[in-house]
Amino acid sequence: MSFYETYQTFRQILEQAGKASHGPDQIQRILQQSTLKPWDLYALLSPAAAPFLEQMAQKAHRLTVQHFGRTILLYTPLYLSNYCTNFCRYCGFNAENPIPRKQLSPAEVEKEAQAIAETGLKHILILTGDARQLAGLDYLKSCIAVLRRYFTSIGIEIYALETGEYRELIAAGVDSLTIYQETYDESLYQELHPQGPKKDYCFRLDAPERACRSGIRSVNIAALLGLGDWRTDAFFTGLHADYLQRTFPEVEVGLSLPRMRAHAGAYQPLYPVKDAVLVQIMLALRLYLPRAGIALSTREQAGLRDNLIRLGVTKMSAGSTTRVGGRTQAHDDVGQFEIADERSVAEMQARIQGLGYQPVFKDWQPI
Amino acid sequence: MPIALTINGEEHQIQDRLSVAALLAQRGLDPNAVVVELNLAILPKEAFAHTLLEEKDRLEILRFVGGG
Amino acid sequence: MKDALEIGGRCFQSRLLLGSGKLSSDALIPEIAARSGAEIITVALRRIDFKSASANILNHIPKNMQLMPNTSGARNADEAVRIARIARAAGCGNWVKIEVITDNKYLLPDGYETVRAVEILAKEGFVTLPYVSPDLMTAKRLVEAGAAAVMPLGAPIGSNRGLKTKELIRILIDEINLPIIVDAGLGKPSHACEAMEMGAAACLVNTAIAGASDPVAMAAAFSMAVQAGRQAFLAGPGAETSFATASSPLTGFLREGIGH
Repeated sequence: MSFYETYQTFRQILEQAGKASHGPDQIQRILQQSTLKPWDLYALLSPAAAPFLEQMAQKAHRLTVQHFGRTILLYTPLYLSNYCTNFCRYCGFNAENPIPRKQLSPAEVEKEAQAIAETGLKHILILTGDARQLAGLDYLKSCIAVLRRYFTSIGIEIYALETGEYRELIAAGVDSLTIYQETYDESLYQELHPQGPKKDYCFRLDAPERACRSGIRSVNIAALLGLGDWRTDAFFTGLHADYLQRTFPEVEVGLSLPRMRAHAGAYQPLYPVKDAVLVQIMLALRLYLPRAGIALSTREQAGLRDNLIRLGVTKMSAGSTTRVGGRTQAHDDVGQFEIADERSVAEMQARIQGLGYQPVFKDWQPI
Repeated sequence: MPIALTINGEEHQIQDRLSVAALLAQRGLDPNAVVVELNLAILPKEAFAHTLLEEKDRLEILRFVGGG
Repeated sequence: MKDALEIGGRCFQSRLLLGSGKLSSDALIPEIAARSGAEIITVALRRIDFKSASANILNHIPKNMQLMPNTSGARNADEAVRIARIARAAGCGNWVKIEVITDNKYLLPDGYETVRAVEILAKEGFVTLPYVSPDLMTAKRLVEAGAAAVMPLGAPIGSNRGLKTKELIRILIDEINLPIIVDAGLGKPSHACEAMEMGAAACLVNTAIAGASDPVAMAAAFSMAVQAGRQAFLAGPGAETSFATASSPLTGFLREGIGH
């Protein structure tokens, strides 16, 4: 069993039926429903739903408060290594990009961990490029061993692993997986990932399922908005999350809404996503998946992030850097992408409180 | 010489070398309206005529009735 | 596009399923079937009683109706499997309503044994319609086991108490990707209508029709109620008046140009 079967079924219908047209009556009716079916999600992503953003927002706000309360979980990314053997056209760590490469030693990881821990954060997300020879499982485990002393929750956002490998990292202390399909459009995916291990669409698509079968506590999925047709990508992100929720009821399934940022390299998004579109996507997904966490990173600007808190966001990164060793070392390299919200953890904390929400530093600790 | 067997949970004596079809006929039952299970195995209708009942057989003769 | 109920590869226009038990006479069946429009009818399998030979119920059931033998009397999965196999051998098709009951007080179904029976019978090619309590995890296991539909009870069998398990059935309708057929407990047409409005795929009614003073008229009433409920479901609940708001407290920032 794999989400790929669901994907193929819906893709065929979309290809055969073409663009269905939706009317305002239909959108209003969907907004009255207590649960949404896949095609309701598609309708909410359609142009017909654009005039209903405020109604969607009211409902999304209600559902989010109902399921999560007025809380925002804070986390921060920690880049361990930017070595990469992939050629993802849109990524700053692309193997062809002539950027300085670096990989933190466990001692350097400890320094970064101390710097982050001083801000009070307890949830950390570790990231690497895709270079198993350098940043393999043993390396990751030695970093995790260090980080466990500082953080109660450790997430990974690294290359796709096999089931047994996920099990090993979970045993080492990892409790959540973040992995983006980038785009669900299979042929575009092939174009964007011409070589390297990431080339295998299905291996990446099934990675969240493998992690779920390995006993992970939470998974976070997304499409990188702007790479492909955002409507289709957001639709399949929703279906994928729904599939994971239904198949693995014990796993907490979350979404991210990463929008493409400027980065080293010449690739620019084919389908730029405007603010109003980002809002529509978030609202449609919230209404479709009322209990899914939604993460919003510092790719987005402070003002927009603040406004999105009441619309469905449940997790935010803070005090971020996308540079390897960016918190404790001199800046002689470039990050994976540019940060737009450069507020410190303390500033974020104050702002979230000012908006009437509670910033949560620790929402999970394995025992 | 009669033989003893169980029909629908009750002991019955029947004459030796009686076929299932003959038994049904004796009891006035339409073979197309019943299902017969012989020693826990379903007996196909085609076999009614040539299946002879034996001592200690366990026979179930069932039919459809009203039910919800 | 026709709104058909599809089960086991066959399409039905009617969403009312009939039970054939408790009738004063089997001879009422043709008229009840005609007035109800039902296309699926349950029957039970019993040992022949030699002392009171009675007519064959199948003679009264219209030939175009789908027969659905039930496994009533089964107290565990193995007995249900045995009954299902016998029913199929009778030459009435491969449908079976799986019913495993050990509780003689409330007549509530045994979910665990029911799932086991469906697992075995679905592999043997049966179209299985299990009768269960509306429990989500049981229903999910039935899906995995290969059930063709899930038939949750609205209230205990024969109680005529209506849709007492409404909230739990609603969860099945939302979560289970199989026809949800409300079976047992529906006492009046309004109960069936309520189930259909909520999105149930069909209703199975026996006692409420068989026990009515005029079963034929009650069958017609249930037929109309099921159709009305279905049409209401398809029509979608009317959108409540949504007042246009001059200000947009949550999305106004998009026009103020915060961000870009």
